[in-house]
Amino acid sequence: MATTTATAAIPAPAVAQPKTGLWSWITTVDHKRIGILYFWTSLSFFLIAGLEALLVRTQLIRPDNHFLSANWYNQLFTMHAVTMIFLALMPLMAAFFNYVVPLQIGARDVAFPRLNALSYWIYLFGGLFLTIPIFLGKMPDGGWFNYANLSEPAFSPGLNIDFYVLGLQILGLSSIISSINFIVTIINMRAPGMRLMRMAPFTWMTLITAVMMATAMAVLTIALTELMFDRFFGAAFFDVSRGGDPVLWQHLFWIFGHPEVYILILPIFGIISEVIPTFSRKPLFGYNVVIFSGILIGWLGWGVWSHHMFAVGLGPIADSFFAVSTMLIAIPTGIKIFNWLATLWGGSIRFTTAMMFATAFIATFTIGGISGVMHAAAPADLQQTDTYFVVAHIHYVFFGGTVMGLFAGIYYWFPKMFGRFLDERLGQAHFWLTFIGMNITFFPMHFLGLLGMPRRTFTYADGLGFDTMNLIATLGSYLIGLATLILAYNVVRSARAGKRAPANPWGAAMLEWAMPSPPPEYNFATIPVVRSRMPLWEGSNVLAEGIPHGREMEDTEEVTFAGAKLGKVSYPDDENIMSADDLGIHLPPPSVLPILLALALSLFFASFLGSHWLSLAAVICVALLVFAFAFEPGHSGH
Amino acid sequence: MMSRVEAVRVRSARERGPAATIVSRLRSLAVRAVPGLLTLALAACGGAETFPQTTFAPKSDYAIQIDHLQMLTIYLGVGVGVAIFCILAFILLRFRHRPGAPEPKHVHGNATLEVAWTLIPAVLLAIIAVPTVRTIFATQAPPPADALEIDVRGFQWWWQFGYPQPNGDTIFTANEIHVPVGRPVVLKLRSADVIHSFWIPQMGGKRDVVPGRTNEIVFTPLEEGVYLGQCAEFCGSSHALMKMRLVAHKPADFQKWLAHQAQPAAEPTDSAVMVGKKLVTAGACAGCHTIDGTSASFGKTAPNLTHVASRTTIAAGVLANNARDLTAWIHDPQSVKPDARMPNLGLKPDEIRYIVAYLQTLY
Repeated sequence: MATTTATAAIPAPAVAQPKTGLWSWITTVDHKRIGILYFWTSLSFFLIAGLEALLVRTQLIRPDNHFLSANWYNQLFTMHAVTMIFLALMPLMAAFFNYVVPLQIGARDVAFPRLNALSYWIYLFGGLFLTIPIFLGKMPDGGWFNYANLSEPAFSPGLNIDFYVLGLQILGLSSIISSINFIVTIINMRAPGMRLMRMAPFTWMTLITAVMMATAMAVLTIALTELMFDRFFGAAFFDVSRGGDPVLWQHLFWIFGHPEVYILILPIFGIISEVIPTFSRKPLFGYNVVIFSGILIGWLGWGVWSHHMFAVGLGPIADSFFAVSTMLIAIPTGIKIFNWLATLWGGSIRFTTAMMFATAFIATFTIGGISGVMHAAAPADLQQTDTYFVVAHIHYVFFGGTVMGLFAGIYYWFPKMFGRFLDERLGQAHFWLTFIGMNITFFPMHFLGLLGMPRRTFTYADGLGFDTMNLIATLGSYLIGLATLILAYNVVRSARAGKRAPANPWGAAMLEWAMPSPPPEYNFATIPVVRSRMPLWEGSNVLAEGIPHGREMEDTEEVTFAGAKLGKVSYPDDENIMSADDLGIHLPPPSVLPILLALALSLFFASFLGSHWLSLAAVICVALLVFAFAFEPGHSGH
Repeated sequence: MMSRVEAVRVRSARERGPAATIVSRLRSLAVRAVPGLLTLALAACGGAETFPQTTFAPKSDYAIQIDHLQMLTIYLGVGVGVAIFCILAFILLRFRHRPGAPEPKHVHGNATLEVAWTLIPAVLLAIIAVPTVRTIFATQAPPPADALEIDVRGFQWWWQFGYPQPNGDTIFTANEIHVPVGRPVVLKLRSADVIHSFWIPQMGGKRDVVPGRTNEIVFTPLEEGVYLGQCAEFCGSSHALMKMRLVAHKPADFQKWLAHQAQPAAEPTDSAVMVGKKLVTAGACAGCHTIDGTSASFGKTAPNLTHVASRTTIAAGVLANNARDLTAWIHDPQSVKPDARMPNLGLKPDEIRYIVAYLQTLY
């Protein structure tokens, strides 16, 4: 049980916390502020990655186009995927992990607040490091999968692949640190009574994802380290002429890469499992089954990697094993879809923007799931793999699944994070343009692939029948671009000037909605005692003494949203906010060490492009900063 | 007139209330519309005339086996997808929030339903899994003893095809693979540099060409014709331009083609052509290209040019095999194919003209 760690306030000397200004953000260890940093940074990278996709699609708008050269095209399709996966989607999930999970489990912060800040800063520096080559015209150009032996110095002598190897090493560090932090947080920091099987589905999926991330990223680190040795020290892990094997890279990459797919979708399953019950006004149907099918997906996700390699020639026994194991994953995934449908069934469905994205997700993700089963039929996959059919599939999974789900999460939790609603009218426009645009863009790609268009090709000839569908796909991508501009405008504007949001604007059931929006820095004035899976829905008797919020509340008032009455909610009165000091709550003090250590670690990897002396200097800095980190006073030490 | 079965269905639907009526209507609509739409979609996909790299017009035993499996997954997948969309659409329409409606009942789950929607997908997947495993083993069986063996070698960014002869020689050609109809062919796939993937969709699924390994594709072409394909594994700058074609002949025609390819290069008679020959065989070209029957006999890293004029395309299917395109290619290979390994030799226009004249005699 987690009760020992989540006891109420420990009296401690008050530490002056800077509340505003740049310095307060640089030194913050507050999980909510770090969540907000992740939010804005990942959205910025989302725009960059989207722009890269639009350039790629513009090159393909007609046959034999010369908008981009082959070299630029290969860099851009590579960077589109690398940026989306590592710099936009995973960190946007991390924004929600950070902001929402500690609130959902009734904790004051994550287990290791400074490590949490360290993860963010490493991510930011890794992202900036991967942005440098855009200006040099030397972006990675071997695909996000970066297959050996094309990535060997003999075939890719330039800096391009160096940026890939070093950039992903930096980012991997961030993911591993942050996943360990979240595993410990969820296991150890739960409020009294928050048993595992009472945790919110999003917290559950975060836990499974964090376990997968810690282990999968380790495998990628091994693969990248081997490639680093090949590229910087003349080793021959993947060099055939000296006894290496390029297929080794494929195994390692996909042992990371397939769990990575589930890392990118399991948190979304969590978001959907929050949004759908809230706006159907019904509990999640089959909670236990949904949780256990998530665990099963995480488990099976380790046993399917070679379905990316059916064309490699691993032999009929391996092909059969991976074909059947891949099909098995469809079962727990299907179970989740059916449970969401059953949650909706008989509900009172309110179509807020969050809910529209969540329900559209069910449809678009189902398409991606079905084409996934089609690939699992290994001989059929030999016609489909490396064609636009797979491009359609992964975009129905990553866009129709991950991105639609993240959009649902943004509209759902934005009021909690910023205390203000996103504009619903802009939200509806964003939804419809995205939904229509993504289907126009990605659906024709199924046909393109089955009609013989290979992927990762910078051009296609006239006369192969690819013209019309490529034109349609490109026009669709412009719709998505327009939709994304609307979203960008909406988040920037609403964060400052949106309609004020009460504590529980949606009438939702989970603990994060018990606090004012945004919550005070200490989250809960007194750690709540949890008696129910849905603390805010199952009456006042589920919490020992209600949900203490540490703020005086105005009289409750009726709130309507999107034309529906959402019930009585209270607005916090800013005049009467109680500070952590007033309440005698000790919070970890701000620290400048995370950003410095992150900088030193990033410099270490970047130094491979410079001299070994620079590496030595970076190592010394890292060592000194780690000592400083260990002995920094004032850490509350949960 | 309503049939008895339909009457019973409608009546029982009515008894179950409006929701069930909508479901049964949607169901009957789906049953009628789906096969029609599918047929339409597949017809729109067209044949190999419109889409020369289609997977829907299999022309070998191997491709046909894959096609059967692929169509099974498409029919099942579309069926499941449409069913889920109908249920979803029904739910979203039927259970919309209405003002004044009572709060929904809090239902937490149902064990029977959970078991049902675990078992139904399991059964559907078994329907795919059994033929999948069967097809995997059938299509990866060892080649029959009388199979025609062809050595395929992937280069950045072109294909070499070698036909081993009983006397130990090998006849080399590039980017155009010729096979007889009706006889099993086994392709031995090897790479000269990075990973490529051999794919001619109408002949069957792709197989990677991996350095350090020898992979195989076994298939029997069933119909004469020309089939297009291209490299399917990203292999660097000009991956998109690594194309090929397969020509399936009547067996007798194939033997004739092979016998012709076994001949040494034609001797020039015209004086301009003789100048061209000298430029090619005594110049830099011979460092990489071989022309059998001449002094250019040692180049192994570029296409064998002995019968280059008998091919329909050059530069791995990117250019036509005519004087204009040959000139453009020799003048500046990288402008046609980014990072092409063939260097720009800075030849004078006259020299290029002589070389092109010579190459065009190499039937």
